[in-house]
Amino acid sequence: MTASLLQVDQLDVAYRGPAGAVPVVKGVSFTLGQEKLAVVGESGSGKTTVGRALLRLLPRHAQVSARTLRFDGVDLLAASDRQMGQLRGQRLSMIMQDPRYSLNPVMPVGAQIGEAVLRAEALGRAACQERVEQLLARVHIREPGRVARQYAHQLSGGMGQRVMIAMMLAQKPRLLVADEPTSALDVSVRQEVLDLLDELVAEQGLMLLFISHDLNLVGRFCDRVLVMYGGRVVEALPAAELAHADHPYTRALLSAAPSLKHRRRTLPVLQRDPAWSAG
Amino acid sequence: MSARPLLRGVAGIATSLLGLLVLTFLIGRVMPLDPVLAIVGPDADRSTYEQVHRQLGLDQPLAVQFGRYLLSLAHGDLGQALLTGNPVARDLVRVLPATAELATLAMLIGVLLGVPLGVLAATHHGRWPDHLARVLGLLGHSTPVFWFGMMGLLVFYAWLGWAGGIGRIGLAFEGNVPTVTGLLLLDAALAGDAPAWRSALRHLLLPAAVLGLHSMAYLSRMTRAFMLAQLSQEYITTARVKGLTERQVVWGHAFRNIRVQLLTIVALAYGGLLEGAVLTETVFGWPGFGSYLTGSLLLGDMNAVMGSVLVIGVLFVSLNLLTDALYRVFDPRAAA
Amino acid sequence: MSIAVDSNAGARPAWADEAVALLRRLMRNRLTAAGLVVIGLLVLLALLAPWLAPADPLRQDLARALLPPGPGHWFGTDEFGRDVLSRLLHGTRITLFIVVLVTVVVGPLGMAVGVVAGYFGGRVDAVLMRLTDMVLSFPSLILALAFVAAMGPGLDHAVLAIALTAWPPIARLSRAEALTLRQSDFIVVAQLQGASNTRVLLKHLVPLCLPSVLVRLTMNMASVVLTAAGLGFLGLGAQPPLPEWGAMISEGRRYMLDSWWLVAAPGAAILAVSTAFNLLGDGLNDALDPRQNT
Repeated sequence: MTASLLQVDQLDVAYRGPAGAVPVVKGVSFTLGQEKLAVVGESGSGKTTVGRALLRLLPRHAQVSARTLRFDGVDLLAASDRQMGQLRGQRLSMIMQDPRYSLNPVMPVGAQIGEAVLRAEALGRAACQERVEQLLARVHIREPGRVARQYAHQLSGGMGQRVMIAMMLAQKPRLLVADEPTSALDVSVRQEVLDLLDELVAEQGLMLLFISHDLNLVGRFCDRVLVMYGGRVVEALPAAELAHADHPYTRALLSAAPSLKHRRRTLPVLQRDPAWSAG
Repeated sequence: MSARPLLRGVAGIATSLLGLLVLTFLIGRVMPLDPVLAIVGPDADRSTYEQVHRQLGLDQPLAVQFGRYLLSLAHGDLGQALLTGNPVARDLVRVLPATAELATLAMLIGVLLGVPLGVLAATHHGRWPDHLARVLGLLGHSTPVFWFGMMGLLVFYAWLGWAGGIGRIGLAFEGNVPTVTGLLLLDAALAGDAPAWRSALRHLLLPAAVLGLHSMAYLSRMTRAFMLAQLSQEYITTARVKGLTERQVVWGHAFRNIRVQLLTIVALAYGGLLEGAVLTETVFGWPGFGSYLTGSLLLGDMNAVMGSVLVIGVLFVSLNLLTDALYRVFDPRAAA
Repeated sequence: MSIAVDSNAGARPAWADEAVALLRRLMRNRLTAAGLVVIGLLVLLALLAPWLAPADPLRQDLARALLPPGPGHWFGTDEFGRDVLSRLLHGTRITLFIVVLVTVVVGPLGMAVGVVAGYFGGRVDAVLMRLTDMVLSFPSLILALAFVAAMGPGLDHAVLAIALTAWPPIARLSRAEALTLRQSDFIVVAQLQGASNTRVLLKHLVPLCLPSVLVRLTMNMASVVLTAAGLGFLGLGAQPPLPEWGAMISEGRRYMLDSWWLVAAPGAAILAVSTAFNLLGDGLNDALDPRQNT
């Protein structure tokens, strides 16, 4: 497999408002290769915005600029709407947090997967149906035919996310952005979905950008971690070295998680330093 | 679907209808114009007056009168109309198709113009199609429909000669077309009378357009609101991520989600058209339900008024029922 | 509220500050501002009509009947030689009268029904809502027609009829607010302090429903103006020789083909006022909507 690369250098995103432009992402830089990269932060850190900016899915009043924003040699900033339309689904894809909202409520899920399938290749109805069921089986859904006929609200959280994954991988993209894919799931189901993602990343050679607020989760799952705060990347390090993190914010996040091993009387509270979002 | 909610629905409708009946009955009895006087004339002597008074059952206590009214209703007898001397039921059967023809064509115009305009406005939120749609919507919403009709007559009939004038058909064709359904266009087509058909169309177009533009404003406004609500949902982002064309996203996904809501709105708009018809029919001399109602009101014809109000009430209640049923059929979430 | 003593007696009360902030937000939207200006103009014209009108609206001069617009009679004359402009100007008074009177009846009536239904719940709620739905499910113009027919034609009766059909939306709105608020802590506190139900309703619930009710009333004013014009057109509203705009259209109809100004002028006036109310109502709705982000 040729080495694809996502290069992001000095990405800035600001939202135009009545009182001027509000910066949401400031000078974010990173590269992504064939690996699982986590972007971790709290609500408002800008992590979701980074993910959507890559696919150019931000609302009209968002201003996106960067020194470099290239994927596989294509300049994502300069690409026209038409070009982006071509790229999306087939080269870049995204799975979102809650399948109850991210799936169309009035279409059977099989038809929604079918839409993705038909973009990749022109198939007859029977062939398309077969392909849809293959995809569902691939994500370990036991009765693919029955599930394909169901609606989003009839599926459990775990099933819904599998459907989502099946749908987004139908066109065999190179890069997958996963925007908090397990946050809406029961803890017991999370691991299954993560294992599935692991399998598919290995099998298809995917580049994965995993957005989350759960540092410990990504520490176990991903290869590298980017920690974001106030729109900036405050630390970037391999997941294995998380325990030796430098930045006070990262350390505070790590220590805030309760542990079975270490008993404490009170959980530490994060003391925010305004320098983190300025520096 | 369990029986309980259905039963409750039926009970609700029954009480609404009963309330309606009481209301119309009381209105009928409270009218200042004396129905007896209208029948016997101002010169009749006292004994004739009292005879007719007794004949009409007006000497009985109100409750008894209401009971008798309900009884005759059960037999489909809505009483006798003063103006025509016919049973009200027969009058209504004669005038309703005229209004139905008008309202249906108006509805078609409203939907065919209003819905796409609303979608256009939503997909171009904040840009000129949105502004245009909002201006049209505002004007349609604020224009008195009867005045609009008159201006239409002035411009398109008096000055340009494009549209037909007052009435359902040209004077030359009056009474030529045998009544089968009461819908002139259909009847003229059935009779194979092309010139009459053309004349009927020319007379139908202007009032239908006037009413239709009124609904168009409402429909485009609602469609726009529905579409805007859908376009900000997550599943639309999913559709875009899949790389679907904008047309697929807007019509295949967003619009699909508002179909049921639109059906409800269209049904409500149809009801609103009946209201508009009351005024427009007066302007265009259209011999429909609206003219009949206003004529009866001005005359103080109790039976006709009550009958008309009742019919419209039943119609409205049925429309509400229909939209509820449509929701249940078309929305997979409601069917659960 | 009623407990704390106002120590800075000279300072503006809180609601006045909010009102000023609201006004500022309203004026930012040009269309809403336009609507507000037109309505302000309406009120001004109504107040000054007797002095602004070039002629007596009721004075007939058959020698000068059906004159087209021109100097002396900027909107022409009608079939009795009356100056249309003067009649239009005096018509603003009638329009204002209708709007104000309907509001004054519908507001309290709707709020009373809604708040009582929402607060007491149970059977009271069921009965009141059944009544509200009955009136609501009926086409308002036709119901108003029936009411007017029952009471006899005339401006006052028309106003009353319109009011009787316009209160349900206000009732529903107030009921929704009351339902949400009746569980609130401050209500419970008032009840624990021994406040009677009436007191709780009047002093606490009603003032909180007021903002959304006012917005809804403004939004409905356009349709009130249109319905009143419709009734006037049908001859069931203001009676001749009163210069009500709907009635003017009805009277002018006979001569419409040759004297189009008789119909065009009052209709345009109705359109202007109705549009202004719609703009204002929409603007108010947007300004008070907490979800507005742009």
